[in-house]
Amino acid sequence: MLDRLEPEFEKGGKYEKWAALYEAVDTALYKPSRVTGGASHVRDSIDLKRIMITVWLCTFPAMFAGMYAIGHNANEALAALGLASADGWRGAVIGTFAGFDPASTWDCLVHGALYFLPAYAVTFLVGGFWEVLFASKRGHEVNEGFFVTSVLFALTLPPTIPLWLVALGISFGVIIGKEVFGGTGKNFLNPALTGRAFLYFAYPAAMSGDAVWTAVDGYTSATPLGRAALGEDYGVSWMDAFLGTMPGSMGEVSTLAILLGGAALVLMRIANWRIMAGVVLGGLLMTLLFNALGSDSNPLFAMPFSWHFVLGGFAFGAVFMATDPVSASMTNTGRYFYGALIGAMCILIRVVNPAFPEGMMLAILFGNLFAPLIDNMVVQANIKRRIARNVAA
Amino acid sequence: MEYYLSLFVRAVFIDNMALTFFLGMCTFIAISKKISTAVGLGIAVVVVLGITVPVNNLIYQHLLREGALSWAGYPEADLSFLGYLSYIGVIAALVQILEMFLDKYVPALYNALGVFLPLITVNCAILGASLFMVERDYTFAESAVFGLGAGVGWMLAITALAGVREKLKYSDVPEGLRGLGITFISVGLISLCFMSFGGIDL
Repeated sequence: MLDRLEPEFEKGGKYEKWAALYEAVDTALYKPSRVTGGASHVRDSIDLKRIMITVWLCTFPAMFAGMYAIGHNANEALAALGLASADGWRGAVIGTFAGFDPASTWDCLVHGALYFLPAYAVTFLVGGFWEVLFASKRGHEVNEGFFVTSVLFALTLPPTIPLWLVALGISFGVIIGKEVFGGTGKNFLNPALTGRAFLYFAYPAAMSGDAVWTAVDGYTSATPLGRAALGEDYGVSWMDAFLGTMPGSMGEVSTLAILLGGAALVLMRIANWRIMAGVVLGGLLMTLLFNALGSDSNPLFAMPFSWHFVLGGFAFGAVFMATDPVSASMTNTGRYFYGALIGAMCILIRVVNPAFPEGMMLAILFGNLFAPLIDNMVVQANIKRRIARNVAA
Repeated sequence: MEYYLSLFVRAVFIDNMALTFFLGMCTFIAISKKISTAVGLGIAVVVVLGITVPVNNLIYQHLLREGALSWAGYPEADLSFLGYLSYIGVIAALVQILEMFLDKYVPALYNALGVFLPLITVNCAILGASLFMVERDYTFAESAVFGLGAGVGWMLAITALAGVREKLKYSDVPEGLRGLGITFISVGLISLCFMSFGGIDL
């Protein structure tokens, strides 16, 4: 059926302006008929479309773990407050499908999904609207990169965020972070993180603090990182933090689920392991440095790396955000430095900056910023080395 | 020593001249098309700032400040209204010397910088650093460290911008935004990234 409609959307056709939308629907449903023809490039059937969809799928473990964690925390909070059910429409929906038992996986999953799915739906609709608008006006294709941007953006949000803020954030991320530069592959900052950072600075109360992390009104629980900064006990055990039953942004809580997705990405050679290794190494070195320096007033100086790794967005950022092929370094040597810069910056912000308990978002943006410069230095160094090897002799 | 180190770090990252105070914008945007020239201009700014701020500090502390002339027998004299004039004079003289030096020894950079080298004279980052020095009442050693730090921070910012702009050469920017428009947006996004340092208290 779609093939019959195609002429209407080609140049000069009746619906020329909607060509991008048509193309997106067509290739989402059917395999594109236009494929690389020549033999020289074909090594694998993988193209940008498939890469992006794979990344999208790989976020699913983290997504489900996140939903479970939100629901679990909310149900526990309800139990602690002595309430039998949640207020509002969510309470009604949950009543139909499940209960409020923190011990039941299904109950927790449903409760969490009711927080995650609206946020994701808004992200997808609003962001998708801008994407299609720009695509049809500028005449490029709607790109599957948007799937990844939207899911990553939704996963970095705190569960209680108002939906209009979600819409605002993704609009900023997609327009200013990506589309003004010409769409996927032409931006220099990660669009999901650009939107997240915009919200973070514009509406700090809704994006951080004690009250946003548990989806029950009137119940506050600081994230473990926030507690660590105050010198308190983390409030969770290491294993809990690794598996993911702690307060935090939607997708970042379960390190185990993130690592599962990350392992799949590395095995399929979609995400670059050099960047992840760089992030971990950089973070490790910086933590050891701070551990060695020590401080009387700041308890974060003594926080060991195993904790840094499982708390907050460190693992999520290292696996999904830093490895974004567009905004990362392009050269292999550069990737180590780029990753290490991010890891080190993240720990630095966490430890010495009292204004921000979490540093991964800003650290990755900072890394994005210097990625082209790192590439340039690597290229110049290569040129110099080759001149020394071949010309001077 | 630790105190000077933290002053330096603050001048480079936290109070970054270009990205936190938005000083020196004209040169910042005009010379950031290529990484190599950006580095060249950055070095020039580091040199100028590193020399002018401490020199102006000497002038301020020993000639202009209220009561500074007591060694000459005028304890009540307050010449601080001559501040701008003397700071700009020092800067202009220094830039002139730098220009002659570059013309003679690094002609490639001299040609690349073109009119923007003499324009460093009226670069607000340079005068701004001297005025910050007065406002914050730095000593001679502090002002030397602050001058160098401010210069290095500015250089870091312009190299980062140049790197980003070299990458953006491959972008497909909407027509109305090409050139300056997209550069301004990029600078805004870069300074968003530098917000990561805001709030660090050294």
